[in-house]
Amino acid sequence: MSILGNRVVRKEDPKFLTVGGTYVDDIELEGAAYVTYVRSTMAHARITSIDVEEARKAPGVVAVYTGADLDLEPFPPTMPMFNAAMTRPWLATEVVRFVGDPVVAIVTEERYQGPDAAELVFVEYEPLPAVVDPEQSEGSDVLLFPEAGTNVVVELAFGRSDDLFDGCEVVVRQRIVNQRVAPCPLEVRAAAARWDDGRLTHWASSQTAHGTRDAICQRLGLEPDQVRVIAPDVGGGFGAKVGGYPEELLVPWLARALGRPVRWVETRSESMVGLGHGRAQIQLVEIGGKRDGKVEAYRVTVLQDAGAYPQFGAMLPYMTRLMTTGVYAIPKAECNSKSVLTNTTPTVAYRGAGRPEAAAAVERAMDLFAAELGMDPAEVRRVNLIRADQFPFTTPVDTVYDTGDYERALDLVLDAAGYSDLRAEQARRRQAGDVRQLGIGLSVYVEITAGPFPGEKEWGAVEVRADGTALVRTGTSPHGQGHHTAWAMIVSDALGIALDDVEVVHGDTDVVPTGTGTFGSRSLQLGGMAVHRAAEDVIEQARQLAAELLEANPDDIVVDKVGGRLHVAGTPAVSKSWAELAGAAAANDGGGLAAEVLFESTMPTFPFGAHVAVVDVDTETGRVELTRFVAVDDAGRILNPLLAEGQRHGGIAQGVAQALLEEVRYDPDGNPVTSNLADYAFISAAELPSFELVPMETPTPANPLGAKGIGESGSIGSTPAVQNAVVDALSHLGIRHVDMPASPERVWRAIQDATATR
Amino acid sequence: MMTAVRITLTVNGTRHDDDVEPRLLLVHYLRETRGLTGTNVGCDTTSCGACTVLLDGESVKSCTVLAVQADGGEVTTIEGLASGDAMHPVQEAFREHHGLQCGYCTPGMVMAAVSFLAEHPDPSEDEVRHGLEGNLCRCTGYHNIVKAVMAAAKTPAAPRA
Repeated sequence: MSILGNRVVRKEDPKFLTVGGTYVDDIELEGAAYVTYVRSTMAHARITSIDVEEARKAPGVVAVYTGADLDLEPFPPTMPMFNAAMTRPWLATEVVRFVGDPVVAIVTEERYQGPDAAELVFVEYEPLPAVVDPEQSEGSDVLLFPEAGTNVVVELAFGRSDDLFDGCEVVVRQRIVNQRVAPCPLEVRAAAARWDDGRLTHWASSQTAHGTRDAICQRLGLEPDQVRVIAPDVGGGFGAKVGGYPEELLVPWLARALGRPVRWVETRSESMVGLGHGRAQIQLVEIGGKRDGKVEAYRVTVLQDAGAYPQFGAMLPYMTRLMTTGVYAIPKAECNSKSVLTNTTPTVAYRGAGRPEAAAAVERAMDLFAAELGMDPAEVRRVNLIRADQFPFTTPVDTVYDTGDYERALDLVLDAAGYSDLRAEQARRRQAGDVRQLGIGLSVYVEITAGPFPGEKEWGAVEVRADGTALVRTGTSPHGQGHHTAWAMIVSDALGIALDDVEVVHGDTDVVPTGTGTFGSRSLQLGGMAVHRAAEDVIEQARQLAAELLEANPDDIVVDKVGGRLHVAGTPAVSKSWAELAGAAAANDGGGLAAEVLFESTMPTFPFGAHVAVVDVDTETGRVELTRFVAVDDAGRILNPLLAEGQRHGGIAQGVAQALLEEVRYDPDGNPVTSNLADYAFISAAELPSFELVPMETPTPANPLGAKGIGESGSIGSTPAVQNAVVDALSHLGIRHVDMPASPERVWRAIQDATATR
Repeated sequence: MMTAVRITLTVNGTRHDDDVEPRLLLVHYLRETRGLTGTNVGCDTTSCGACTVLLDGESVKSCTVLAVQADGGEVTTIEGLASGDAMHPVQEAFREHHGLQCGYCTPGMVMAAVSFLAEHPDPSEDEVRHGLEGNLCRCTGYHNIVKAVMAAAKTPAAPRA
C-alpha cells in the first residue's frame, strides 16, 4: 500500500520542538565580528556629509565603511526590461531614496556595540521632495533617478481597445487599492561569512541557496567554486527571501576586507523597512455584460508601486496579467500596467506574487457586477465559470489552463458553508435591524504555479547507501514546507526503504551542485518530481543488478516495498536487500546505486478553488469579525494532506490579514508609520477562527504525480472572499466597495457616508 | 563593556553564576552566554513572543527581561522541557497536529502554551486563541497550533511546567 496521500507527521519536527532549529544567527562562528547598518532616516535626500570619526573611536569598533570605501559596482536593475538607469548602490553615497536605505556599515567586536556606535554616525541630509503616492509618480517633477528621465520602471502595454465594452448592457468600474503589506517572516534577514584560504562559506537566510551563491559570485566577482552557500534552517520567507539584498551580500565582502568572519542579523524594525514589501497595486477594474449575468468584457489597468529600487515587485503585474480573467470564460479581456518608483521600500514577491492581485480584482469585479444586476454573487459566478469540459482552456490573454472543475469547487464550498442558510440568517438580521450584520463573501480562484513558462527545472538526487539507507539531495530550499518528510515519502514509496532511513539534504551548494529553490509553489511538482524520477532510475539500476545476482531476467525482478528487498516475482524467499545491492553496485563500478535528475516541466499548472468567508460587522463601530472560513482548494493529487492543509491554513491567514488588518503605511513625507510589530497589524490567533477545509483533487497531466502547487492558494482565494464578505454585510446600505484592509475606521466611515447620503 | 554584575540563574535545572553587562537581555544571556539557541528573537517591541521562556514557572518574553532582573530565578527554555527522550505533551501535540512549519516561533509558542495550560487546564478554543495572542506565527495560520494546545490540554500528563 502506498504511503503517498497519507497524513505523515514531519520527520523534521523533533529538533524544532526540543532544541530549536539552527538558523543563521544560531551558527557558531569563532571570532566573528558583528555588522550594524546605519540607515537613512529620510525618504528622499541628498547626502551632504557623512561623519564617522566619532563612531570609529567607539568601544569595540573594528571598522566603519561608507559607500565611498567600497570597490563595488552598483546593482543593475534586476530585469532587462527595467529602465537601466535605476541602479542601486550598496551603501548610499549621494542620494538616499527611502527610509531604511543603508548608508554606513559598522563592524564591532560585540553585538551590542554596533547600535552604540551607530548613534555616533552623523549623516547630514539636504531633504528632497519625496514621491510617496504611486499615482503621483509618473509625470512628477521629482525624479528618483534624474538620469533615467522618468519614474516609470517598466510599462506592460498589450493594447487597449476603445470598443471593449461596446454592446454591453451594464458596465461597472471601480478603483481598487491592493495595499502594500509586509511579508513578516518570523526570522528576519541574517547572514554570516567566513573565508578559508580564498574560499567563502556564506550562511544565508534564503529561499534560494544557489541563487544567493550566484548573486555573490556576480556581485563580488567570484567563481562558483570559490563560494559555498549554506541555507540552514530558515524561519520563513514568503517570497521576500529570494535572491540577495545588498546588506546581505556585503557581509562576505566585509569578511574578506577584515580577514575575519563576520555576521549580521537585522532588527525587526530594520526588517520592516529593509525586507521587501508585497502587493502595492492600484487597479482600475471595468466589467461589462448582459443583464442575465453573462460577462462579456473585462479590463484591469494596474499601477504597480515598485518602491525606490526596482526589484521583482515591478514585474508583479506580469503575473497579474496572466491570471486576468480568473476562472471565468470572458470573451474579451485586457490587462495593461505601469510600474513606477516611489520613495518607499522596494517591493518584491509575497505569497502569491501578482496572482492574489489578479484574483482580488476579478473577484471584486464579479461582486460589483452582481450587485449592479441585483443577482446573487454565486449565481453570477456560476453563469460565467469555465466548464469542466473546456480544458485545456485558453484565456483572452493567452494563458492556457491545464485542468479544472470550477463549478464543482463552487458547489462544494457553498454546500459546506450552508450558503442558503447563511443568506436566510443575513435576511433575518437585516429585517431585525441588528447592530451586527452578517456578510457572506465568495471567491472562486485559479492561479499559476511552476511557471510562468514551460521548462521550469529543479534538481534532485537519490542514492542508496551501503547500509541500506537512502540519501536524497534536493535543489529545493524548504523553510517550513516539510520537504524532509515529503521527499522521504516519495523515496520510501518507490524503494520500500523506511521513512526514518531516508535522509534529505538541501540548501548547501557544496552538497547539492545545482538548484533553483523554493518559491512560487513550485517545489513538489518540480523538485519532488526530480526526486521521484531519480528514485525510479535507482530502481531500474537495482533491478538490473538484482537480475545479475539472482540470475534472472530484469523484467521479472520486483521491489518488495514492505520488506525493502528486490526478488524474482513469485519467489520472495530469494531476494537481495537494498544494502546488499548498494554494496554490490559499489563493488561493480564504485558508483553505487545513485541517480541525479534535472526535472523539467512541460507546462505550468493551475491550482484552483472556492472560498466562503462569513463575517459579523458591527455597524456601530465598524469592527469586522471573521466568524467562519470555508475553503475548497484543489492542487491536484495531494502527497501529504497534513502538509497541504498546513500550507492552506497559513495562506488563508495571510489573506485574511491583508483583507482585514495589515497595511504598510507612510506619512506624506515618506516616513513609515508601521515599522515595527507593535504598529504593524500582524494577524494573531485571536483574530482568526479555525478553518473549515474541504478536500478536492483534480490531477494535472503536467507531472507523474498529478500534483499542482499549494503554497499560495490560501492567500489568493481568501483575500477577496473576506473583502467581499465585508462589502456584502453592508450592501443593503448601498455600499458597493470597501478597500482593504477593512479596518474598523474604514468600515465605520463607509457606513457613515452611506447612511448620510440616504 | 560596562561594569559587570554577578548573577545566579538556574537554567533548565542547572545553576550558573555569571558576570554580565547590566543591559544584557535575558534572551541574549540564554543564547550567547549559555549557548541555548532554541529561544529566538523575532522583534524588538515585545510583540511576537518568539523569545518566550518560563521564569519561575511563568511565561516571560525574554527580550524584555534583563538578565540581572532574572537574578536568583529559575528559567526553563525549550531545551529543558522534555524529560530525556520523552517530549512534553505540548511538544508531542505540536508534532502530532502539525503545529509548526518553519519552526522559528515554535520554542516560544510551546513555552507560552505550557504556561497557558498551567493556568487554564481545560480551555475553550476562544481562550486558547486569546491566551496565545502575544505569540505570533506567520506559517500556520494558528489553526494547528490551537488544535495542538487543545489536544495537549486533554492529555493526562499535561499541564506540567
